[in-house]
Amino acid sequence: MTDIGADAYGTAIDQSRRKFLTLATSATAAVGVVFAAVPFIESWQPSERARALGAPVVLDISKLEAGQMITVIWREQVIYVVGRAQGLVDKLAKNDGELKDAKSEQSIQPPYAHNEMRSRRADVLVLIGICTHLGCLPRQFFAPGDPVLGASWPGGFLCPCHGSRFDLAGRVLIGSPAPTNLSIPPYSYKDQHTLVIGLDGPQAQGAA
Amino acid sequence: MANEVAQKPGLWGWINRRLPVETFMSSQLLEYYAQKNFNFWYFFGSLALLVLVIQLLSGIFLAMFYKVGAASSFDSVEFIMREVNYGWLLRYLHSTGASAFFLVIYLHMYRGLMYGSYKAPRELLWLFGMMIYLSLMAEAFMGYVLPWGNMSFWAATVIINLFGAVPVVGPTLVEWIRGDYGVADATLNRFFSLHVAALPMVLLVLVGLHVVALHETGSNNPDGIESKQKKSAQGLPLDGIPFHPYYTVKDIFGAGVFLTLFAAVVFFVPTFADLFLEKANFEPADPLSTPDPISPSWYFTPYYAILRSVPNKGLGAVIVLVAVLAFFFLPWLDRSPVRSIRYRGWIFRTFFALFTLSFLGLMYLGLQPAEGIYVTLSRVGCVLYFAFFILMPFYSRIDPVKPVPDRVTFHA
Repeated sequence: MTDIGADAYGTAIDQSRRKFLTLATSATAAVGVVFAAVPFIESWQPSERARALGAPVVLDISKLEAGQMITVIWREQVIYVVGRAQGLVDKLAKNDGELKDAKSEQSIQPPYAHNEMRSRRADVLVLIGICTHLGCLPRQFFAPGDPVLGASWPGGFLCPCHGSRFDLAGRVLIGSPAPTNLSIPPYSYKDQHTLVIGLDGPQAQGAA
Repeated sequence: MANEVAQKPGLWGWINRRLPVETFMSSQLLEYYAQKNFNFWYFFGSLALLVLVIQLLSGIFLAMFYKVGAASSFDSVEFIMREVNYGWLLRYLHSTGASAFFLVIYLHMYRGLMYGSYKAPRELLWLFGMMIYLSLMAEAFMGYVLPWGNMSFWAATVIINLFGAVPVVGPTLVEWIRGDYGVADATLNRFFSLHVAALPMVLLVLVGLHVVALHETGSNNPDGIESKQKKSAQGLPLDGIPFHPYYTVKDIFGAGVFLTLFAAVVFFVPTFADLFLEKANFEPADPLSTPDPISPSWYFTPYYAILRSVPNKGLGAVIVLVAVLAFFFLPWLDRSPVRSIRYRGWIFRTFFALFTLSFLGLMYLGLQPAEGIYVTLSRVGCVLYFAFFILMPFYSRIDPVKPVPDRVTFHA
């Protein structure tokens, strides 16, 4: 066994050259492995079909009364469309002291819903009905002072899984495990009675 | 001995000149000495292997009838239950096997904690064991999703959303795992592939490494001492006995008792009061309705209770991760000069008792609604759980240990 200087035939071995070649081969193989991994990892992304099925959803809201809620699915997500009573904006502001993120700075919403009422129109609230804690569906408890939730309950949503509470603008109350307000999907109004979920649409339309 | 066999004429010699069957058998069974003082707690390693075989066998047969897909999974499970000959038995074996696996593994791990089996020179053995535990959790979680009941759906939603707590890439990562904008057919399909192909292979490799590492260092024992090296005048270990026939017979007896209890559950109480199979999972998956209340399988509830006791999503996920990974660091956290609980002092025993209580308590609390006293108790349990690990380098050093014996305690 010759391990230094020469091989079995007596030929001198250039150790630094050998080390370089071993390293260079290994490094090239490692880069190859990384590139080869790309298609496998990318295959887990939503397929073309899933993307196509994620197209905008059109909803007729002409029959939506205050205190009612319509549930639709957009991109496998539950969307809550809630009819809100007029004059609600003032009442919402009263909750501010009990909220984690009253101004929705940490929460997800399109710019046109980044306002006090978190919507384009005061009378219609559009939410992704997925608790920002771990994704359960918050349930509707729209009546303020609900007998179960106490006199201080402002009206809103309660998550059955871990008890996160949200007001009627989907804003999370202090003491809930959910970190942020319920998210708002991109949406717009085709006309007064037609809601399009998943499409930002023109800014001006549907302004309160 | 092996050479003698190789010289033998006939088929046995022919085989052994080509494959070292007899050499392997003698080195790993007949001349593999284990300490003679193994007790009740030493059943669970071989039982884990037995349950693995039950799961592989019942799983392979279930996969012959199960049709993966959001539209077909639930119906095919009902088809297995009602129309496949003995399909109900295959499924109950597999569902009971999942719970039995965790029961056996938890007792096996507890044995390691009691007798300090993780301490040098068995660190790698312990790490392989913990990797088996992690893979088993992934395997069980994905298997739970496959029947595509409503609990399956919501468990998948909640668990996958935990990855959303990863900074920056969280939401992208969640979408990547699901392969859709919510838990959907794509998610179910990839979980099936991982559950029946990828993870079982990982498990088998890890079990192999676990056993090889075990046979390198030899088993620990209830006294936590290495008296196997003490040899008799004939050169045989004084405190050791050959694994075969002594422990093979003991393990087969244990397997008999275990299988009796196992069969009793399979045949008489397969749902085990909603703990092994939940009522809510006999309804098809419905993205529009969350089961009330939502709770994971009993073997995950300690971590679930920890998760819920933290009022912050990101921090909660991190703390659960730390709670599981803490076991990996035990060999280096424990600074005690003795291994076994028998020779540890009152300080370690106190912490160990509190840890045991906290784990069992959290297991119970994870099954209760997240409100009022349950949350408070979960927080107490959480503190005790982590105290065991975090304070270990300190209390294990000052613990007033007792002198360890020269030879194992043994009553024939």
